[in-house]
Amino acid sequence: MSCKRMEQAVVISQDRIAPDIFSMWLQTEEIASLAVPGQFLSLYTEDKSKLLPRPISLCEIDEEKGRLRVVYRVTGANTGTEQFSRKVAGEKIKVLGPLGNGFPLDVGRGKKVCLIGGGIGVPPLLELARQLEADLQIVMGYRDRTFLAEEFQKYGTLFVATEDGSAGTKGTVLDAIREQAVSAELIYACGPAPMLRAVKQYAETENIVCYVSMEERMACGIGACLACICQSKEVDEHSNVHNKRVCKDGPVFLSTEVEI
Amino acid sequence: MGAAERDRAGDVAEKKESVWNLAVNIAGVELKNPVMTASGTFGSGGEYREFVDLNCLGAVVTKGVANVPWPGNPAPRIAETYGGMMNAIGLQNPGMDVFCKRDLPSLQKWLHRDFCEQNSPDGGESGHALDTTRIVVNVCGRSVEDYCEVVERLTEEPVDLLEINISCPNVKEGGIAFGQDPRAAEQITRAVKKYAKQPVIMKLSPNVTDIAEMAKAVEAGGADGVSLINTLTGMKIDIHRQTFAVANKTGGLSGPAIKPIAVRMVYEVAQAVSLPVIGMGGIATAEDALEFILAGATAVSVGTANFYSPTATAEVVDGIRDYMVRHKVKDIKELVGMVK
Repeated sequence: MSCKRMEQAVVISQDRIAPDIFSMWLQTEEIASLAVPGQFLSLYTEDKSKLLPRPISLCEIDEEKGRLRVVYRVTGANTGTEQFSRKVAGEKIKVLGPLGNGFPLDVGRGKKVCLIGGGIGVPPLLELARQLEADLQIVMGYRDRTFLAEEFQKYGTLFVATEDGSAGTKGTVLDAIREQAVSAELIYACGPAPMLRAVKQYAETENIVCYVSMEERMACGIGACLACICQSKEVDEHSNVHNKRVCKDGPVFLSTEVEI
Repeated sequence: MGAAERDRAGDVAEKKESVWNLAVNIAGVELKNPVMTASGTFGSGGEYREFVDLNCLGAVVTKGVANVPWPGNPAPRIAETYGGMMNAIGLQNPGMDVFCKRDLPSLQKWLHRDFCEQNSPDGGESGHALDTTRIVVNVCGRSVEDYCEVVERLTEEPVDLLEINISCPNVKEGGIAFGQDPRAAEQITRAVKKYAKQPVIMKLSPNVTDIAEMAKAVEAGGADGVSLINTLTGMKIDIHRQTFAVANKTGGLSGPAIKPIAVRMVYEVAQAVSLPVIGMGGIATAEDALEFILAGATAVSVGTANFYSPTATAEVVDGIRDYMVRHKVKDIKELVGMVK
């Protein structure tokens, strides 16, 4: 399975879409034609003191033009993500990808599907929404400011939850699901661990098949360093212990495969 | 063709000829070049096949393997630091049974070893076919018995060298317990040697007062070589979460940030013992590797660099060859320990 590429991608555009959230389109040579929703890129800074690439999920894939969109959070001053946010159109950025397994698309075809995103877990669901041929209920949770929400509207029925109640349901994505009586045969979820834990529990109680996209700190991004593990329910075939690699075996897992 | 172009063409032709000898010998095992992978940074080779031709390396050193599967430490297991990183993976490994049944045969296949050994002058009897990329298995354990069990299991496997990890700072028992006490280090070396069919390289910890003393201890125990350095114990605090950046509290620091310490220790050990030294610690480029070689390392390992530059190993091989051509060094062995 040889499909990863190291490239110098060219920044096509860079927009700030919320206080700490940036949207960047990248021109790639081959990666865009290989990528599927739910996969991610390793992005490299030019700062030699910051060795490790930053794993950032794909928000949109424009196969025709060979472009990829990443929507990412700047995590603070002097961080790698802050350096990415300073890149302007025409500048280059070293990327490795596409990485990870991505969301399975076939299982969702023709079904009533619920996409659940939380915070910076919202972006990877956008390309999934575009590619899934399904009846989509889309539930997006934010702390306060929403972003990307309006872009989901064309793909299905959108429900928003905010912790501060500034938009949609006040509370979590699960509060929105209950308040709006959202039902589904299949769930795809991406977000912080507490949200995924709640969604997993909800899905398993309701007997809904659920795919979760996990996150963990990574070094290599290709399955070698064993840093980004998550716990698996059964003994994993590769590790021979109860660990799966988020970067290579995931980031997308069946909720019943993993402990969150 | 102009003179300059002719010169360049000549250079290329010259480079390709075998006049530039990169081969080195570690405890009787010939490596086609001195570049190895550092244990734990290269899996069992599989993940890197997309990026480098494994057959261009002197040796592949596998991730540490124990007698039984080890689950490793909880996440987060790593944290980035200035010019380096800290890890506390905790020697997660599938255990020697799965390793021998699955990982070793795969690696052997990728390294075309069946082909090479059939074509070696002695039909592969000695396993010394020159073209072969060597397989080095890193062995870890919690007790002397654990180590010996793995070493014994590997006697009939296609393994060229054993590297005994007595220096992992991230596991409570075993590992570092043997790596910080010269007597314990000597004893475990002696015990392992009783069971080992392949030459034994002892991997030393930098978390000691006098690493030369540790090298002398394993030499006295019968070691066939030493490799150094493993990671330096460090700590990072996450000021946002107000807790330790890695769940294990401490982690092993690696990467370019530690290179000067590693070079110094390789120099000290090379001066102190007559064993071959495999040098590592922050090597990302050929220039880095050459520092270690000039300081006394017979071979070098590329570690953390694999994580951020998956083609680093192959680039180090090419860069060393370029350096030899540039400096008209016919045999790399001339460079080993040249700086006294």
